[in-house]
Amino acid sequence: MLTVNFSSVLPEIVVLCGACVILIADLFLSEARRHVSFWLTQIVLAAAAWGALATMQVLPATAFSGMVVDDMLADTLKFMTCVSVSLVLFYSRGYCAARGLFRGETFVLTLFALLGMMVMIAAGSFVTLYLGLELLALSLYAMVAMYRTSNVASEAAMKYFVLGALASGMLLYGMSMIYGATGSLDIAVVAKVLAAGQGNKTILLFGLVFVVSGVAFKLGAVPYHMWVPDVYDGAPTAVTLLIGTAPKLAAYAFMLRLLGVALGSLWFDWQGMLIVLAVLSMVLGNVVAIAQTSIKRMLAYSSIANMGFLLMGFLAANPNGYSAAMFYAIAYVLTSLASFGMVMLLSREGFEADQLEDFKGLNQRSPWWAFMMLLTMFSLAGIPPTVGFYAKFTVIQAAVDAGFVWLAVVAVMASLVGAFYYLRVVKLMYFDDATDTAPIAARADNRALLSANGLALLLFGMLPQPLLGVCVVALAHSGLL
Amino acid sequence: MPYLSLAIWVPIVAGLAVLAVGRDRDAGAARWIALTGAIAGFLLTLPLWLHFDAGTSNMQFVERGEWIPRFDIHYFLGVDGISMLFVLLNSAMTLFVVWSAWEVIQTRVAQYMASFLIQSGLINGAFSALDGILFYSFFEAMLIPMYIIIGAWGGPNRVYAAVKFFLYTLLGSLLMLVALIYLYNASETFSILEWYGVPLSLGVQVLLFIAFFLSFAVKVPMWPVHTWLPDAHVEAPTGGSVILAAITLKIGAYGFVRFILPIVPDASRYLSGFVITLSLIAVVYIGFVALVQADMKKLIAYSSISHMGFVTLGFFLFSQLGVEGGLVQMISHGFVSAAMFLCVGVMYDRMHSRQIADYGGVVNTMPKFAAFMMLFAMANAGLPATSGFVGEFLVILAAVKANFWLGFTAATIMILGAAYTLWMYKRVIYGAIANDHVKALTDVNRREFWLLATLALLVLWMGVWPKPFIDVMHVSVADLLAHVARSKL
Repeated sequence: MLTVNFSSVLPEIVVLCGACVILIADLFLSEARRHVSFWLTQIVLAAAAWGALATMQVLPATAFSGMVVDDMLADTLKFMTCVSVSLVLFYSRGYCAARGLFRGETFVLTLFALLGMMVMIAAGSFVTLYLGLELLALSLYAMVAMYRTSNVASEAAMKYFVLGALASGMLLYGMSMIYGATGSLDIAVVAKVLAAGQGNKTILLFGLVFVVSGVAFKLGAVPYHMWVPDVYDGAPTAVTLLIGTAPKLAAYAFMLRLLGVALGSLWFDWQGMLIVLAVLSMVLGNVVAIAQTSIKRMLAYSSIANMGFLLMGFLAANPNGYSAAMFYAIAYVLTSLASFGMVMLLSREGFEADQLEDFKGLNQRSPWWAFMMLLTMFSLAGIPPTVGFYAKFTVIQAAVDAGFVWLAVVAVMASLVGAFYYLRVVKLMYFDDATDTAPIAARADNRALLSANGLALLLFGMLPQPLLGVCVVALAHSGLL
Repeated sequence: MPYLSLAIWVPIVAGLAVLAVGRDRDAGAARWIALTGAIAGFLLTLPLWLHFDAGTSNMQFVERGEWIPRFDIHYFLGVDGISMLFVLLNSAMTLFVVWSAWEVIQTRVAQYMASFLIQSGLINGAFSALDGILFYSFFEAMLIPMYIIIGAWGGPNRVYAAVKFFLYTLLGSLLMLVALIYLYNASETFSILEWYGVPLSLGVQVLLFIAFFLSFAVKVPMWPVHTWLPDAHVEAPTGGSVILAAITLKIGAYGFVRFILPIVPDASRYLSGFVITLSLIAVVYIGFVALVQADMKKLIAYSSISHMGFVTLGFFLFSQLGVEGGLVQMISHGFVSAAMFLCVGVMYDRMHSRQIADYGGVVNTMPKFAAFMMLFAMANAGLPATSGFVGEFLVILAAVKANFWLGFTAATIMILGAAYTLWMYKRVIYGAIANDHVKALTDVNRREFWLLATLALLVLWMGVWPKPFIDVMHVSVADLLAHVARSKL
């Protein structure tokens, strides 16, 4: 008799039920009591995060006939996505309220996006991976488009949707090829078949190319990056913050399960492709970012470059590389949260602080927030003692360990170029005089959390071992090391 | 007592306290906390010298604890005869900088003082770190305060200078990071001392040499990667120039003896001719460049490059005299260049000009100041009985022993140094009073007097009786040379 192990998907169940409850409850709330939905959402997130930790177990398990895996990696990443989404909502509360986006739909769509991420993270089969990805993507398309009065937002949503659909198509096509060659959609079975050397190599490689393209699109790696700047720039900053953070963790898990586990035996073939993607992303992302005048576009190109670094760790195709890439993803999400959080902190009703110029003289307006932004920028640039340094350090170490010293040299040169535009933000804040003297107003919880977030960059920069250890342990207990 | 940790963290904590307490309206509190922190930081480094055992080349005051077990990175501190004096030098200079900025800096005092204090702690960390990544963290992190110092309190072209400074230094150090990681992968450890014994093929050694060399040569700076220094010096506020010249340049030279010589000895010997050539170009060519400068700070900046060329020359002669001479020259140059920049700062605060042409006949209105500057100018020119002489003499001696013409070329620094320093001194200080601004000058006040007097005493002490400085280095330098002589192939 088939027993269903519900505890494996406890966080997903919590989020799904929570989203449905909020969807209905929100209908009965007046505009003035919208914060009830907000707090309900936060409670759901907290419960899901707790659920992820509470059901964590040492040995990996599967559920629903292998469709879902419940390993330590999945639970760790689920917990982190919950925390990250919760911070996103805190940071964007004031911003959304000033733009009429503080609505029930925002919360429900955010929760569905989170559900999509969780399904991706815990996927045991190509079908689950794809389902999670589509749930995430559709929720995000809708959220980008939700700012109806903004033309750029609608344009961004359209671009995102069309290109996203194309990428999904490619991914699905690639998956079908692999299915054809191996006869299974189950990740563990595909891995076993490939390890045994079975399957038509031509068809497999054909499928692999499409799969890698799909993955690269979702990560926003060059040359599949075109949507990133437009969507980051066009979407309301609150949505940009969501797109730029938690989904990177899900994308990492997606890549790991698909390339690292299922197609692990073909590592030699995808390694070459990832090298090309990584080099192009690091170089192009950093170079083009210099030319930007909008901080959102600049951070978009920075994200492209950062995904290049993540790929550099991943392409080592060994446990060391996977844990480096995981650490990189976590560090990037932490930094990205703070950077977009700062952009929203400086925004107010009728004013988007989305230009670099808007950071001019921030040190005169508020030394504290200037310092937080300084930490963020140096973390993105990879300067110690911030967590960004250890992120770069781990991936470079992984690349050198795998024998790609030249790749490490390319990477450090790219990050030298990158340092230039991060330094420019510091220059604007510290060396220039303020043109805007409006006081910086935000809710106390937002300020406290953003400060904690900024200081965390410093703290994990000085004591990175706990985070590094989590990555190693989670991967080791998931049978991936 | 963990003196090294205290030397690192006391200034940093004091700097944070200054930031927390300091208000722009009432800068008094910030100044006093900063001074207390700087004095405490300096006093805490004194035991390093007093309790130093000059009879061993082992690391002393060692502190070692697990830091990042994932990569076997340790919080590993210690000093030997090579690095110990620089910790003291740095802490002393921080005190001078805080003192010299007392009433000169009027905008954002708290941030200014805090930047220097935090930087001081980080520099102490770089000098005492014995773990590759710990060293790298300090080495990189100290760019942040200096970037802010140059950019926020600097001259008209400060942004350009600050960015150039940051990117130039980062270029080198990023390659060093790759080298450090390579060494880790080859040896499974980040301990610098263990790297001294790791066998490496000549090809690998040469590549590692290039990576380390780029990093430290930019910092020293050696010709032709020196161009950031004149810009940074000219635009930085006086305190920034002092720390740059007296301390941060020394970290570059320190890197040569801590990393390059013992870790890649075969490559060092193989490429020593290359380094010696670059050093001589710096000594001679940059000496001529200094001669034609119209800006006093720029002149001293070029003179620094020329003097640091002497240091690298001394190191790559691989002889006891040469290395000791280089190290003594580093300390001496720390005092002298700091004093010269402070002198220019004293004049700049009154005239708001650094152009030599704007001055003339300063001795008539500032006699006490002129006397001090005379001493420092002489020391910069390497006059016997000043600290500048000792190091240069030792290096020239070593150079003559190695090759007469090498020593001959190196000795031109004695002539060139005297030429550009004394000619500048003549044009600025002597002659008739050049204009009304000079006529209105007031002599040094009490704070400035004691500041310069202390430095003058240090310069004379080291010139007359350098034995205490050289004694502590002796055994460590001999040990270093033993490492250089041992092939790792």
